[in-house]
Amino acid sequence: MTDSSLKQLAALLAEGKTSSVELCTEYLDRIAALNPTLNAFITVDRDKTLLEAKTADTRRAQGGTGTLLGVPIAHKDIFCAEGWPTTCGSKMLSNFVSPYDAHVISQFKAAGMPSLGKTNMDEFAMGSSNETSFFGPVKNPWDLKAVPGGSSGGAAACVAARLAPAATGTDTGGSIRQPAALCNITGLKPTYGVVSRYGMIAFASSLDQAGPMAPSAEDCALLLNAMAGFDARDSTSLQRDKEDYARDLTQPLKGLKIGLPKEFFAAGMAPDVAKAIEAAIAEYRTLGAETVEVSLPNMGLSVPVYYVLAPAEASSNLSRFDGVRYGHRAAEYGDLTDMYERSRAEGFGAEVKRRILIGTYVLSHGYYDAYYIQAQKLRRLIAQDFIEAFKQCDVMLGPTAPTTAFDLGAKNEDPVQMYLSDIYTIAVNLAGLPGMSLPCGFGNDGRPIGLQLIGDYFAEARMLNVAHQYQLATDWHQRTPEGL
Amino acid sequence: MQWETVIGLEVHTQLTTKSKIFSGASIEFGAEPNTQACAVDLALPGVLPVLNRGAVERAVKFGLAIGAKLNRVNLFARKNYFYPDLPKGYQISQFELPIVEGGALTIQVGEEQKTVRLTRAHLEEDAGKSLHEDFHGMTGIDLNRAGTPLLEIVSEPDMRSAKEAVAYAKALHNLVTWIGICDGNMQEGSFRVDANVSVRPVGQQEFGTRREIKNLNSFRFLEQAIDYEVRWQIEQIEDGHKIQQATVLFDPDTGETRMMRTKEEAHDYRYFPDPDLLPVQLDDELIERMRSELPELPQQKQSRYQRDFGLSAYDASTLTSTISTASFFETTTEALTAPDHKLAANWVMGELSGTLNKEGLDIADSPIKPKSLAALLGRIQDGTLSGKLAKEVFAAMWAGEGEADAIIEAKGLKQMSDAGEIEKIIAEVLAANPKSVEEFRAGKDKAFNALVGQVMKASKGKANPAQVNELLKQKLAG
Repeated sequence: MTDSSLKQLAALLAEGKTSSVELCTEYLDRIAALNPTLNAFITVDRDKTLLEAKTADTRRAQGGTGTLLGVPIAHKDIFCAEGWPTTCGSKMLSNFVSPYDAHVISQFKAAGMPSLGKTNMDEFAMGSSNETSFFGPVKNPWDLKAVPGGSSGGAAACVAARLAPAATGTDTGGSIRQPAALCNITGLKPTYGVVSRYGMIAFASSLDQAGPMAPSAEDCALLLNAMAGFDARDSTSLQRDKEDYARDLTQPLKGLKIGLPKEFFAAGMAPDVAKAIEAAIAEYRTLGAETVEVSLPNMGLSVPVYYVLAPAEASSNLSRFDGVRYGHRAAEYGDLTDMYERSRAEGFGAEVKRRILIGTYVLSHGYYDAYYIQAQKLRRLIAQDFIEAFKQCDVMLGPTAPTTAFDLGAKNEDPVQMYLSDIYTIAVNLAGLPGMSLPCGFGNDGRPIGLQLIGDYFAEARMLNVAHQYQLATDWHQRTPEGL
Repeated sequence: MQWETVIGLEVHTQLTTKSKIFSGASIEFGAEPNTQACAVDLALPGVLPVLNRGAVERAVKFGLAIGAKLNRVNLFARKNYFYPDLPKGYQISQFELPIVEGGALTIQVGEEQKTVRLTRAHLEEDAGKSLHEDFHGMTGIDLNRAGTPLLEIVSEPDMRSAKEAVAYAKALHNLVTWIGICDGNMQEGSFRVDANVSVRPVGQQEFGTRREIKNLNSFRFLEQAIDYEVRWQIEQIEDGHKIQQATVLFDPDTGETRMMRTKEEAHDYRYFPDPDLLPVQLDDELIERMRSELPELPQQKQSRYQRDFGLSAYDASTLTSTISTASFFETTTEALTAPDHKLAANWVMGELSGTLNKEGLDIADSPIKPKSLAALLGRIQDGTLSGKLAKEVFAAMWAGEGEADAIIEAKGLKQMSDAGEIEKIIAEVLAANPKSVEEFRAGKDKAFNALVGQVMKASKGKANPAQVNELLKQKLAG
């Protein structure tokens, strides 16, 4: 059953051919067998999961229906979930058990989806390889020597290895799309404001957005239906009519205009990635789509802009982790300042500290105008580029990442190289647009390659349609790693 | 050398909303520690702020009341610093683009009126409390107050003495309670004053270096603190020292200010717009609704009292020193059958105020209500009571002996206005005081007063003094 799509699992449950308890047990057994190798989960709690599964079965027995009722899901450990340890991949929160549910968690609870556990991630979502996690790196199921990408590395790996039929992720600069690409799954980052951030531990508030990760675009559409929706507890949550993101899946692509940003295809992309993307473009032409070259002239600035704005917000967002009310507090300390310094020095890892330092610096008196304000202006220009380009096309297409998954440890010593692995994804967050990654082939090293689609604001349904039609014509997304 | 004092005030007013500025927790005073702190106030991981509309409405009301500019788009920013009672590690405040900019307040200092300009007023959240007593070697943190909505009101450095600063603080206190955006309770910290104080040689244009006295929670402390600070600064300068920009605390026990931190030790707060909150947009509907909810303001009432009632500027200002005083005065005059605003004003500011002060009572808690006072004043107007007798009746009313008429009846205090009766007494007095009569006739006016006094005494104070004067003159002339 663990090879089935969400739709198939939902059908099995609806027809009474399986129960949520049975389904969850199967996944939990698989997690128990494979997680020691992959390290995709930080917390697994069999009893809790089975209790939630039982609740779902009871609901169904009492006439409950719901598309995803009883289908399990894994949650990135960035989402606060009542009664579950919620660590955000950090020693700082290694002892924190959330007393409340994030909006995303309550949405999935309401949909009747039991939680399979909390997935591993880069510490406070800061990283592109899942190597900054306090709980150790996640291995890429396609090659245990390779990184799974990050920060939602555990989510991508657990779905790729079919330890869960679906997972939640968050994407601040590519943290859903890049690991989805590196692990051969489908992941979607919605338009900023579509999914409430309440209860999702903040990295960079103006960029963070939660989204679904699953084998296929169709699965993602069903998951997004459950996740999305206005939440008064998040002031940046958008008040919009409820929509069915699966409504356009079956639309043919004839007449679709796909924009190919020329900056995406300039030097920088590995040849095997370029080849796979070209093949995908050819496939789309076969499906009746036209391609048009578009330009995002300021895209080259997105990495530096991001590495001013995201750390600036992070440096402030992470101030609450001070050892006073919860989280790690140094065992020994002198005065108050010493307690802060030791608790934070011990509780945060190197990458988090680096970003707090960068963020503190760019917000400091005398540097604020030169860095933060300039970056905000450029952010506006980058968004404007997309708005202009969307006048010529319905959706944009390009690579998700410049290369296939790199080896564990390969970029640890060079943060800038690591930051550049998000070069194609970051601009989308800066503009607040929806984007997704879907499997489109394998590199020379046999590691997966991801195709990135970028939609216009609130055009998730259209973007999912474009992805789904591709997945009807190809089988990359159905391939699973061997030997697990 | 002659020195001039320059003072600007920053006042933190706690707004009268039911819940906190960014969460749904109650802001009621005096609850058990940490029982009014929800997930948002505790800054648990993942929580987000949502702006309380009521706080915005109150700020708009204030802006309208002082004739300020309302920023149609205003922003919340994060002020970053670490402190145990600041759970997020930053305070949400307004920095660039506050909700209210400019405006002015007229103050009364003795007989003088003066206008103090306001710089700005911005919304922000309060911090929690650190409790250093009761925890041996440790600090307790109470987050009940964390997130309480504040409007920080900043004045221009327009005040030139402690007296002016106090007058401004009182006028501001009066205004915010008048329009109902703050309960004004200074003991509970609803109205806290920081004073920026500097001195400069008279005639010098540039300001001296200022020191900020933090957290003054009474008008008396405000005055004492400024007076001490001014003396201290002048002494320093005259001794050849430079004033260093600093934040100081006032110790009410010693009456002195002491240094908290210098400018060099000041934080870099790293302000930036809070990405969790959207810019606040004020629309016409909200502004007009707030305008329509504003009561007649102290300044408007003062003009009306002077124009329509013929009261002096001083009287008008005194009668509008609090909304309850103004309302007591107005209700009293309205209840008079024959309107006499001056009479009502004199009694409210005189006998009533005096007795209230003596008893430490607020006018709203006066045992004598406006209607009862009006009934008493009516008996002065119709000649039943002399001023002196009226005071006696007033005292009896205060003591709870009943309404004016009942007391007059019971005590037989009715003024004697029967000419025949008064003439009889006059005749007796003249007969008994031939010496005074003689002196009067010899041209000594004083003797006349002595005779009036004798008549009043003989009538046990009940004779109508005006009538006594009149009749006595006739008698002596005749």
